[in-house]
Amino acid sequence: MLPPFQLDQAINRLVREEWGRILASLIKSVGSMQLAEDVLQDAVEAALVQWNEQGIPESPTAWLLKTARNKAIDHLRRRTRFKQLQPELSYLLDLQGQVEADGDELSEIPDKRLELLFTCAHPALDQKTRVALTLRAVGGLSTEEIARAFLDKPSAMAQRLVRARHKLAAAGIAYEVPSVEKLPDRVSGVLAVIYFIFNEGYSATSGEQLTRHSLSDEAIRLARVLNSLMPEHTETAGLLALMLLHDSRRGTRQNAVGGVVPLEHQDRARWNHHMIDEGITLLKVTLPKAQVGPYQLQAAISAVHAEASTWQMTDWMQIAALYEVLHQIQPSPFTLGE
Amino acid sequence: MQYMCLIYSVENQGPQPGSEAFGEYIQAYQAFTKLCLDNGVMKSGDALQPVSTATTVTLENNGKLEVTDGPFAETKEQLGGYYLLDCKDLDEALDYAAKIPTAQHGRVEVRPVVVWDN
Repeated sequence: MLPPFQLDQAINRLVREEWGRILASLIKSVGSMQLAEDVLQDAVEAALVQWNEQGIPESPTAWLLKTARNKAIDHLRRRTRFKQLQPELSYLLDLQGQVEADGDELSEIPDKRLELLFTCAHPALDQKTRVALTLRAVGGLSTEEIARAFLDKPSAMAQRLVRARHKLAAAGIAYEVPSVEKLPDRVSGVLAVIYFIFNEGYSATSGEQLTRHSLSDEAIRLARVLNSLMPEHTETAGLLALMLLHDSRRGTRQNAVGGVVPLEHQDRARWNHHMIDEGITLLKVTLPKAQVGPYQLQAAISAVHAEASTWQMTDWMQIAALYEVLHQIQPSPFTLGE
Repeated sequence: MQYMCLIYSVENQGPQPGSEAFGEYIQAYQAFTKLCLDNGVMKSGDALQPVSTATTVTLENNGKLEVTDGPFAETKEQLGGYYLLDCKDLDEALDYAAKIPTAQHGRVEVRPVVVWDN
């Protein structure tokens, strides 16, 4: 068995990795994000004690989900005893049924993260709240980590998240994938949240080095989740490719004294070629679908740079052509300048 | 869930009484009300008379009764009417709110009504 500190680290890593998936499934079961958040937190705390004593169980994710569901049952039972709340009563009965059905079998935990992503990015929440809630609920980042990223006090960030969950419940915002007519706009909203997180990872305002890198990694991870759940939406793949290609140059952007090294002078041997390959492969699969958008185009421009072995060898004609198309879709000072 | 849709606009903007556009505006409201009734979401709704007819009451200054001519605040946009709609979730309420004719030139605030525990 691992020594306690390493065990805690392993547990925390696992929790962070699985948090979004477990929470999303829990919300469906218990009907409230705040309750789901509370009981999952409790379950994690119980895990830290119990797994230290007995080792990590065979299926830690199922353990956490089952423990959280049981805590939710206790909570709902206590509340229902004192006030006959019809919706909560039915959740309680459903939940008990689910837990009984699980038994000792490790049932497949359905992936409800798509619903969760859309809910966190709902237009009824302001932009900063959308970003913070996505990082917490889907990304599993702690409130402290998110506060650091925004240079907020942890208590202020905690309040923001509580208010957001309260609004979701009080205003009756449903946990579902939006209808077909609304989907294009709403997906744009989710992509904007993810891209914001990515850019925060590069922004000078988001605190220490460590936080910055993990934010961009988190954005890439969220885009992967979204892309795997909605592969037909080409701009998701476009954004993922864009972020991968941008991030592939991370190691070469700064010189030894912290100065900015422009693309022209970056050491291309130190670009992350796995990420470049992944980004380019994504584009090769996505562009032929002919549903082009700004993220795909920006990714394509980045790909042309990535494919050139030197600055001089860059296919400038292609880049110019891509900027032309980009300008038509999304005119901006940046595209004019090129 | 019940949602209050509070309709705000600048009073002399939008179609004015007497104009042709006003006739269409009224018809649009009638169509909207019918839509809500047909879909079973309509709880109530009314236009309010202009802000010039408003009177405000308060006892906020040491319990002293104060009656003032005018609305609660002198804002550019004023409350002009409301609908109370029974919808399954916020998105449904927002869909209806967007169809309220005044939303074309004004703004509609959508707020859930408190559900009291018995």
